[in-house]
Amino acid sequence: MTEAAVSGVVAPDITSDIRAARSHLARRFLKSPVGVTALSVLVLIVLAAIFAPLLTSYNPNDVSVLNVLQGPGAGHLLGTDGAGRDVWARLLYGARYTLAGALLATVVAAVLGITSGLVAGYYGKWFEAASSWVITLLMALPGIVVLLAARAVLGPSLWTVMIIFGVLLAPAFYRLVYAAVSGVRNELFVDAARVSGVSDFRIISRHILTVVRAPIIIQGSIVFGIAIAVQVGLDFLGFGDQSIPTWGNMLNDGFTNLYRDPQLVVWPGLAIVLTTVALTLFANALRDELEQSARPGRRRRAAAGATAADPAGPDSDTVVHEAPDSSAQAPLLDVEGLAVGYLQADGSVTRVVNDVSLDIRRGEVHGLIGESGSGKTQTAWSVLRLLPAGGEILHGSVRFDGEDLSRVPEAKMRDIRGRRIAYIPQEPMSNLDPSFTIGSQLTEPMRIKLGLSKSEAKAKALGLLGQVGIPNPERTFASYPHELSGGMAQRVLIAGAVSCEPDLVIADEPTTALDVTIQAEILDLLRELQQELGVTILIVTHNFGVVADLCDRVSVMQKGRIVETGPARAIFADPQHPYTRSLFDAILDEGQARGPYAESRS
Amino acid sequence: MLTFTVRRLLYGALLLFVIVTLAYLLLYAAAGNVGRTILGPTATQATVALKNQQLGLNSPLISRYFSWLGHALTGNFGSSWFTNQPVTTAIFARMQVTLTLVFGAVIVSAVLSAVLGVWAALRGRWVDRSVQVFTVLGFAIPGFIIAVFLVRYLALGTHWFKPTGYVPLATSFTGWIRTVTLPIIALSIGLIAGVAQQVRSSVMDALRQDWVRTLRSRGIPERSVLFRHVLRNAGGPALSVLALSFVGLLGGAVIIEEVFGIPGLGQIAVLATSEGDVPLVMGLVVAIGVIVIVVNLVIDLLQGFLNPKARIS
Repeated sequence: MTEAAVSGVVAPDITSDIRAARSHLARRFLKSPVGVTALSVLVLIVLAAIFAPLLTSYNPNDVSVLNVLQGPGAGHLLGTDGAGRDVWARLLYGARYTLAGALLATVVAAVLGITSGLVAGYYGKWFEAASSWVITLLMALPGIVVLLAARAVLGPSLWTVMIIFGVLLAPAFYRLVYAAVSGVRNELFVDAARVSGVSDFRIISRHILTVVRAPIIIQGSIVFGIAIAVQVGLDFLGFGDQSIPTWGNMLNDGFTNLYRDPQLVVWPGLAIVLTTVALTLFANALRDELEQSARPGRRRRAAAGATAADPAGPDSDTVVHEAPDSSAQAPLLDVEGLAVGYLQADGSVTRVVNDVSLDIRRGEVHGLIGESGSGKTQTAWSVLRLLPAGGEILHGSVRFDGEDLSRVPEAKMRDIRGRRIAYIPQEPMSNLDPSFTIGSQLTEPMRIKLGLSKSEAKAKALGLLGQVGIPNPERTFASYPHELSGGMAQRVLIAGAVSCEPDLVIADEPTTALDVTIQAEILDLLRELQQELGVTILIVTHNFGVVADLCDRVSVMQKGRIVETGPARAIFADPQHPYTRSLFDAILDEGQARGPYAESRS
Repeated sequence: MLTFTVRRLLYGALLLFVIVTLAYLLLYAAAGNVGRTILGPTATQATVALKNQQLGLNSPLISRYFSWLGHALTGNFGSSWFTNQPVTTAIFARMQVTLTLVFGAVIVSAVLSAVLGVWAALRGRWVDRSVQVFTVLGFAIPGFIIAVFLVRYLALGTHWFKPTGYVPLATSFTGWIRTVTLPIIALSIGLIAGVAQQVRSSVMDALRQDWVRTLRSRGIPERSVLFRHVLRNAGGPALSVLALSFVGLLGGAVIIEEVFGIPGLGQIAVLATSEGDVPLVMGLVVAIGVIVIVVNLVIDLLQGFLNPKARIS
């Protein structure tokens, strides 16, 4: 079997995928107005350079003492410079030298950087170590100083200077290719090709270079722009070859004559700006397209959580297991007819919560249960008014201790958060700020909300950490989040939630992200705290085990609506709604259901 | 932390040693007949030979190198071939000027890119669009072109600023402001463009994190959420961009100093390399190498302060 056949057999899908993605990329790039404009400008500049003799009849180096510093017009389109040379002709011919020089530097950098990046990334070993050293070396010195020194030694040749600068710029390509290759080196399809006896050369050219082709073009146009800037800079300093027309030499001449004809610096300046801006925009447009094709159609997170809510009317069919609360006390939290929606890009609103009514009595643990996407977390966030961007309460009221939270001003809401309503999140590790110590994150709210001094807040935080069962509060206080385990982090978050003695704690799936053994410990902790502090808890969960363990009352949520509500005991004894029953069945399917509420609560 | 600092300093010293050795050998290998270069074509063979002997150029390159290195370690970098001024004296005064410009640009850029980046990330819409356009232009247009246009339109047009020269801060505050403002603007724009872009995307990224919601749920004021928590988390990547741009900033200063006629390291670098004044060039290589290594170390330490995971105990 020939090598070609093998590689064709091993990775046919991948190569065709890449090829499809590439033609796709080119096609989409041509639809981006910015990219196409930038590309057209670049093409025009190159054409102007190539066809310079057709666009002007002057020789760019013809000196004329009689015609020094003439303004535009009078036979010279853009006037003449300090030596009487035609500015327009020098601009056109200058493009030839400037662009060719920058191209030389780019090619040298690309060839050196890509080959060394491929070798280092693919074979690794000593070459990898050696090249990373050389790169550090090259990057530690300002290129322009090296070029100045090189020019002093080697003389003012545009081409030598650009070759040396190409060497200095090689790291730009090296890093790109090295990162891509060392990432791909151990991919399965490369392994498979290698095992099948495909030569390294073929693997590299077929499977690796295709991956980095577009990034190399992007990097190339950026490097090209940098090479123009540095070359023009050197010429501008008067270090270039004065005998050839370049944009940098024109800039130098213009700057020398700045007081006599301030317009002379403008033309080469504009030419340089136009070229470098076009190169940057071209690179940006290509990168944007590349990034978009890498992540196909990612939906916004908010929208992803939103299964279309049932558009039916009020939840008249909610199964209620009890008579309305007969005690004189009003419920602590009374949600009435809550609807939550997200504004979509096309101006429409997607509803995720539809007409939810909940009442949570003082001192109880209330479970809000439902499957993913039923809107329970959205309901919890609405109570705190912390919906993600685009989300808003469409109608309904969230009455907390008699006050409608959906209408209070933001400043008032901020006073309520933490102090009166607290929040325990689902995923402990992502809910602590990685840059601050646990101690600083615990004390900041207490100092703001309770007005404690630094030492008082610290003493209280240490007490809380002990209370939530952290064995060494002092050490945890000084730790950073990444030094904690998930269970510890969740204990810290619970300590943070109760730190300002709130009336209501909203716990959003507080055990879902934890190991099974830790889950039980966290539930025990919540129960203990609830009994010690007498705090009211709204616990969001998809797990009837949690409800059985903790809750006094339950509301079952489906498709953005409450379908059944009542005392946990009653619902366990006699689930009415088919959805509630299916949730029970789901537990039974798992084999090991927790015992009924009455027994576990002893 | 201490071992980390010491290790980085040793690594930096090693790097500097390699750069200096390469520079020394290459510069002298290519220098040709130094006495002739200094004295010019009219000097006699005998005086040229005498000059070479005075400069100690007759001994082998390797022994000259070790003698130079020994003196350099004691802070003696020899004298300029053309002015006979000690290299350290020539460089020290000018280094202050260049560092004023470069650190002025770093501070201005850090503050402005934080403001622009956060503003673009929070406001979106036209603010974001304008910052994006500024970012592209600032990245694309070379700093010295901006400098030339600043001189052409601002210095010559308004007379608020001096087109050339430098007045030390100690001499006159207004004079200092009038001479350093335009160079610092020219140096900063490219840097602001790069860093602001990074701040914008990392702030947007940080704002999507779960812990932002949790902080808000604790009733932390929005000011603290943004400027204490989000900005600190977004600071790390932005600082990396700043660090990577620093070497380029020193290079940029060379040309910018020429545009504004500022007597800094850039000006002496241009002079020394065009004359082939090797002792002065070597002094410059050491000075710039030390600046780059120290700045990188400081940035690594700052990085550890911002991001506890990057800390090496």
